[in-house]
Amino acid sequence: MTEKTMKMPAAGIGKKRKSIWTLPQIILAFVIFLFSIACLLPFVNVLALSLSSKSAILRGAVSFWPVEFETTAYQVIFNDASMIRSLFFTILITVVYTLFSMILTILLAYPLTKKRLRGRKFFNLLALFTMYFSGGTIPLFLNVVDLGLIDTPWALILPGMLSTYNMIILKSFFTALPHELEEAAIIDGANDFQVLMRVYIPLSLAALATLTLFYAVGKWNSFQDALYYIRTKKEYQPLQLKLYNAIQSSAKSAEISAQEGMGAVELATKTSESIRPATIIFSTLPILVVYPFVQRYFVSGVTIGAVKG
Amino acid sequence: MIQKVQEYTRRVFMTAGALPRKKVRTKWFARDWRLYLMLVLPVAFYLIFCYKPMLGIMIAFQKYNPVKGMWGSQFIGLKNFTDVMRLSDFKPALFNTLWLNFLGLLAGFPVPIILAIMLNELKAIRFKKVSQTLLYLPHFLSWIIIGGMVLQIFAPKTGVINALLLKWGWIDKSIPFLTDGPHWQFTYTLVGVWQSMGWGTILYLSAITGINMELFEAAKIDGANKMQQIWHVTLPGIRSTIAVLLILSVGQMMNISFDRPFILGNPQVRDYGDVLSTFVYRIGIEKAQYARATAIGLFQSLVGLILISTANFTIKKLGEEGIW
Repeated sequence: MTEKTMKMPAAGIGKKRKSIWTLPQIILAFVIFLFSIACLLPFVNVLALSLSSKSAILRGAVSFWPVEFETTAYQVIFNDASMIRSLFFTILITVVYTLFSMILTILLAYPLTKKRLRGRKFFNLLALFTMYFSGGTIPLFLNVVDLGLIDTPWALILPGMLSTYNMIILKSFFTALPHELEEAAIIDGANDFQVLMRVYIPLSLAALATLTLFYAVGKWNSFQDALYYIRTKKEYQPLQLKLYNAIQSSAKSAEISAQEGMGAVELATKTSESIRPATIIFSTLPILVVYPFVQRYFVSGVTIGAVKG
Repeated sequence: MIQKVQEYTRRVFMTAGALPRKKVRTKWFARDWRLYLMLVLPVAFYLIFCYKPMLGIMIAFQKYNPVKGMWGSQFIGLKNFTDVMRLSDFKPALFNTLWLNFLGLLAGFPVPIILAIMLNELKAIRFKKVSQTLLYLPHFLSWIIIGGMVLQIFAPKTGVINALLLKWGWIDKSIPFLTDGPHWQFTYTLVGVWQSMGWGTILYLSAITGINMELFEAAKIDGANKMQQIWHVTLPGIRSTIAVLLILSVGQMMNISFDRPFILGNPQVRDYGDVLSTFVYRIGIEKAQYARATAIGLFQSLVGLILISTANFTIKKLGEEGIW
């Protein structure tokens, strides 16, 4: 589409279309290529490490291609029942959290767009104030303790359900819809719930998709809440916490073996060097698979949010 | 039925002035009760998970006893604050928070601007799209994943960077990226720039799109080359975006995320890498000194609130739309 419109004027004037690859453009493209490849290479390296043998990794021979190819690390991960369980648990948590979050966000954003609502300013302030001031991590933690949520999946779902920032994005989207639609629906006998369900939500699917992704990715990546709130129950550890433990334990064993000198061989055989990179790839894969398809929704979300940040 | 509908629409659209005052006061709830019903859950959320913890701040002024709870514990004034100030770890954590944020701003702020201008000048659409997809990617990864990769890549000897530099003979012994204080701060900053540079371009790119094309045409007619166009048209065009984002980042100087310093840090670089968020975790969760940790958090929130208010005031003084 854009390419076509760009070609048009040149064709109209009747000149031959010049190649866009002038020298400055080539240099520019090369610099941008360097930046983008810098974003990709770490993955390539970690992927290569995860598929290499232990001795090759310890020699420092692996850069961007597997050396002495083997898939044992992945076999270990897929045979680790707790890892698979954690994967499904994280998916479940993410789905439930995102669903709750979206319901709350819609239920708050919609009434706040209605100028006729009494106390609108108050409710707005109630929400906005939390963006700039909070109890702090420890009172939040004690609150979760107080509510009896520690070591339950609800500790990962309830405390962060509503993001005021996302609510503002949706609110500005709702406000931008022509309000004649609402008037027409009301004249047809619809009440506020029906207007919301049949007019506003069908017209905001793109914005809703964006927010769903914001919430889902945020939950998938969240780590601090799990570290604080899942203290003893191993079965409620989401993937990020498991990954952190995997990273920590192998870092510690390396440290110990380096310090003590002896027993290093023993430890090295226990924690195969490729497990850590394989765990990283394992927990990144779900994001990498969906990312190319959903990326544009994120971009639109950022620009909507900026209009009335 | 029709009468009912008419009554309803009359209620909704009738302006307050057109109805007798008394009647309006009794009707607004009958008209809008569904909207209030919608608000019940979100408001309950805010009260339980945001405002109730704010009450919990009072333990910062107490000799907090978890058994007695915050209503039964004894108030001791500002003792927790003075105690915290005297802890040997507090000053380094405060300094590191500000210093790492400053380094991040210094190194990280200009990069998205430069990248956005370069991306905007790029004519190959397909290439640009693919580059952007790659550039945005790090933003979607958790700090745990990034931290794991960093530990792999920057590791001494086995890490790819040290391994390659050694192989090419650029260095004689591996660089202690993660185990030496100043090196660690460099790595921390570099990784931050890497993670956010692509994502940061989005706002600048949309600001550049908003610049009037005629300005570029006029500049071209006046004989401006590409660099002059960028300097005299593009940059002034996004000046207000730059100013607002810069002031906001300065307003955020006291805030530091937990995940990044926590995952990248290690005991060897404690003096250089311990920040307020990790300090609060150590004191509050690992040592269970809730009152002291709350005091640190309150100190941080209050200074942060002052900074962001000042930032907002400055933005408004410059004639831009503030954040509230």
